[in-house]
Amino acid sequence: MSVLSGTPPVSSDSSIATDPSNDEVIIGLEIHCQLDTSTKLFCGCSTDYRDDGPNTHVCPICLGLPGTLPKVNKKAVEYALKVAKALNCEILEESEFARKNYFYPDLNKGYQITQYDRPLAVRGYLDIEGEDGEKRVRITRVHMEEDPGRLVHKGGTDRPKYTLVDYNRAGIPLIEIVTEPDLRSPKEARRFLNKLRATLEYLGVYDSEKEGSLRVDANISIQPRGWFEREGKGKADRGRAEVKNISSYKGVEKALTFEITRQKNAIRRGQKLESATRHFVETRGVTTASRSKEMEQDYRYFPEPDLRPLRVRSWSDKIVLPELPDARKVRFIREYGFSPTHAATVTGDWRVAEFYDNLPKDLAVSAATATWIADTLLGELNYRDMSISDVPHGHFIELITLIRKDTITDKSGVEVLRSLLDQLKEAGSCEKPSECVKRLNLAKTGGEGLEPVISEVLAEQPQAVSDYASGKSEAFNFLIGQVMKKTRGRVDPTELNRVMRETLDSRGP
Amino acid sequence: MVSERDVEHIAELADIGITKDELGEFTPQFNEILEYFDLLDSVEGTSPATRDLTNIFRDDTVVPGLSADEALANTPEKEDGFFKAPRVM
Amino acid sequence: MASQVCRFDPEDNYNAFLKTVGKAPYEGTGKLAGIPVAVKDNISTKGITTTCGSKILGGYVPPFDAFVVELLKKEGAAIVGKTNMDEFGMGTTTENSAFGPTLNPCDTGRVPGGSSGGSAAAIAAGMVPMALGTDTGGSIRCPSAFCGIVGLKPTYGRVSRYGLIAYANSLEQIGPMAGNVTDVSTLMGVLCACDSRDSTTYDRPYCHTPDINVRGTRIGVPEEFFGKGVDPKVASVVWDGISLLERLGAEIVTCRMPSMSSALAAYYVTCTSEASSNLARFDGVRYGPTSDTKKQWHESFQDHRRELFGKEVRRRIMLGTFALSSGYYGKYYAKAQAARQNVKADFDRLFRQVDVIAGPTMPTIAFKLGEKSDPLSMYLSDILTVPANLAGVPAISVPCGRVDDMPVGLQIMGRHFEDEKVVDVAYAFEQGVSA
Ligand SMILES: [Zn+2]
Repeated sequence: MSVLSGTPPVSSDSSIATDPSNDEVIIGLEIHCQLDTSTKLFCGCSTDYRDDGPNTHVCPICLGLPGTLPKVNKKAVEYALKVAKALNCEILEESEFARKNYFYPDLNKGYQITQYDRPLAVRGYLDIEGEDGEKRVRITRVHMEEDPGRLVHKGGTDRPKYTLVDYNRAGIPLIEIVTEPDLRSPKEARRFLNKLRATLEYLGVYDSEKEGSLRVDANISIQPRGWFEREGKGKADRGRAEVKNISSYKGVEKALTFEITRQKNAIRRGQKLESATRHFVETRGVTTASRSKEMEQDYRYFPEPDLRPLRVRSWSDKIVLPELPDARKVRFIREYGFSPTHAATVTGDWRVAEFYDNLPKDLAVSAATATWIADTLLGELNYRDMSISDVPHGHFIELITLIRKDTITDKSGVEVLRSLLDQLKEAGSCEKPSECVKRLNLAKTGGEGLEPVISEVLAEQPQAVSDYASGKSEAFNFLIGQVMKKTRGRVDPTELNRVMRETLDSRGP
Repeated sequence: MVSERDVEHIAELADIGITKDELGEFTPQFNEILEYFDLLDSVEGTSPATRDLTNIFRDDTVVPGLSADEALANTPEKEDGFFKAPRVM
Repeated sequence: MASQVCRFDPEDNYNAFLKTVGKAPYEGTGKLAGIPVAVKDNISTKGITTTCGSKILGGYVPPFDAFVVELLKKEGAAIVGKTNMDEFGMGTTTENSAFGPTLNPCDTGRVPGGSSGGSAAAIAAGMVPMALGTDTGGSIRCPSAFCGIVGLKPTYGRVSRYGLIAYANSLEQIGPMAGNVTDVSTLMGVLCACDSRDSTTYDRPYCHTPDINVRGTRIGVPEEFFGKGVDPKVASVVWDGISLLERLGAEIVTCRMPSMSSALAAYYVTCTSEASSNLARFDGVRYGPTSDTKKQWHESFQDHRRELFGKEVRRRIMLGTFALSSGYYGKYYAKAQAARQNVKADFDRLFRQVDVIAGPTMPTIAFKLGEKSDPLSMYLSDILTVPANLAGVPAISVPCGRVDDMPVGLQIMGRHFEDEKVVDVAYAFEQGVSA
């Protein structure tokens, strides 16, 4: 900064002074997902460790005992290739594993086996629903690597005394997917992740419901609009943050939103933003600065001498991809008469789409069923933080059938659903919908069943009856409301209207 | 030429302890060795050594590993089935 | 099959062993039934401490056998002990052992060579008939030459490395050492078996009986193997040996190997780079002497490595770290790989003209204890052995006379997977000398 008298100070980063309304958010993601193989990437240990104690799924190889050698799990390579193909990537003719050297107790060997300058695949894309319509997000690369072990910090996070290490997770195959900085908002980032998750689950290579199966690092910066298109990445810019350690889908949007506010505030105050690594603290919803030492990491990559290169490009020609979310969306519109919005919702989650596809054909083609799943069921599940896999398929079919057969009203259906979900959440099981209907006395009151209730109400509300007779139409709605209240919604509104009008009109003025 | 400060930095990068005395001893040795390594400057090309074997894989079949007791047998520093390591923060 | 016991209680005057098994069990009637075999201490032995000559692995008991040890046991061998070595194989003298140097049985004022010095000394002293060594840049052939025994570095990929504690993965092989070529050949036959756990191995069994006939064999002799640094007296003895082969009917072809000029630098950059990564796992958490859990991680890790690694190991870790670091990778590691490719190309070219290549194993006879105090001068003595490791070709050292009453080794290198051929030439020579 110039300090010559008479000369206004010129900041080297004068762009900071530009109009904030002309700024845009630039986001790139690095996503790590655990591949759903039976064994680890380099040894025969089972990956099914979540219900077991520490260090019960280990062997000399994944403990990094001296003298052991890794051997590549073929299934993991096949899964990674499927992902690369589904993301429209170019598969390298020859790729290889490399060692990433750093020293941390979660690493069993003092290095992580990953891929570096010759990854499995590069240059792909995934189309998403962006802020302004369809958007293509470019994929920089797709590669395989091993998961490190798990650390437990003893003595509190503020003042840890020592660390406990569990190597059950060490060696689980991960796929790393790196995007170009093509995302422009936390919402877009979330949409990208949802689409990616759906794609991986459609491929059958990933299970998003397994705890800790996802980790995301996000690169985020705020730049003057158009800067990125003009300058490209790598040029001097306002400094960006790499937010590490985001481990849930919801966390990504939270972390990015927090980070944008932080950066915007800094820009508004005229502070220079240094490029920095930050950590997301999920429990507090904030990102915190990491020590600067991490910035200087020099991983000293070199080709893993214990493994041989991969030449698997020709394999990808033989891979037949299953129906992916976009194709299934089109099919649901065509086959089941879905609205585009409902189709996007239902096919955007593999489990939901499968659930739907497995409904009896006559139920599936009904627009009411689509609405029931896309709006009601998913809304109620989301509210309870539950997944569709928690819902017994047969129960749901029975519930939908009860509604369709007019045994209960839509409104009662919601009540039954809520009760069943609450039972499932509490006890892991629930009664049958028909039992629930009986217990809550929700069976629809039709024709003759209505008349006693109407008579009762009319007897109770003489004022409203005479008001109606004198031509006040609000009185009719009031009386209907009274019946609804008494029957707790189990009457069909159209039927009620008809019978009420008949009864009132038959009394004469 | 590398200086004692450079050697100290390399030791830091390698995460390996080094004493002041050793810095004085290692630095001239490194310079002698690195000067010898300059022979590589005249090597033409940058092609890595070829490796003819490719696509060596194993099947995705579970193989029994070690029990937790066996896994932890070579260290006294353990707690509740975990290995015990120094604090990282 | 009932287990039998081989009693092993020798007087170890040369510090050849780090650990002996007084009553070594063995089973069966295989090719090595009841034969006491010593195993270099960087090869994992289930239930027997395996330290690599380092304090950092003090007391480490592997829960598994190296594949070659399984093979030895299957053939009935009695594993009688673990032999001394330069720490992690880093040395040419066996003076770099954390447990004291091994002495050369031919002259206890001299080193046995290294890094498999313990195995060579144990054989030369008659304590065992055969032993396993490992060779990263000459660690089988150098001590074989210095102690006057026979040692073979197999073709890279012919013997499984599973259970060998890595120093430089892309260069090293386990190999047989013995008092004569026939025993080396027998042991080689046991070691070569397909192991699915080592991705760098080939399924190329060795079923061979040494053949004395070298008539018509073309032997290349590169000028560079008799160049600067090679003791003229050693050169002269080795030339005499080569002349003997000529008299036995082989054809001698002098040739050139220009890639030798950068081979040693390429070797040291490669092995230190790989070592800097391989030795990072010794953090005291899972095995070996424990780290201090009262300290901060990096502080503990640094102290652990300073206290428990010897100087040469730390020097090499630092050199390798530097060679791989950003800004230097291109100058060192990448160039070393290109130089390595040149060495391979030289061998390929020569092996189109000749069947084997011969020269001295070492440029000098065994050094006096303490003579090689300067690291670079010790490195330079590996100049004749490292080319075979860089190219992955088989190479054997066979005794070929004496200089100043110390043994000299003749080195014979062959084409990939023609370990049988180098054994045959060595056998013809051995039999020719004693005839
Ligand atoms: Zn394992």
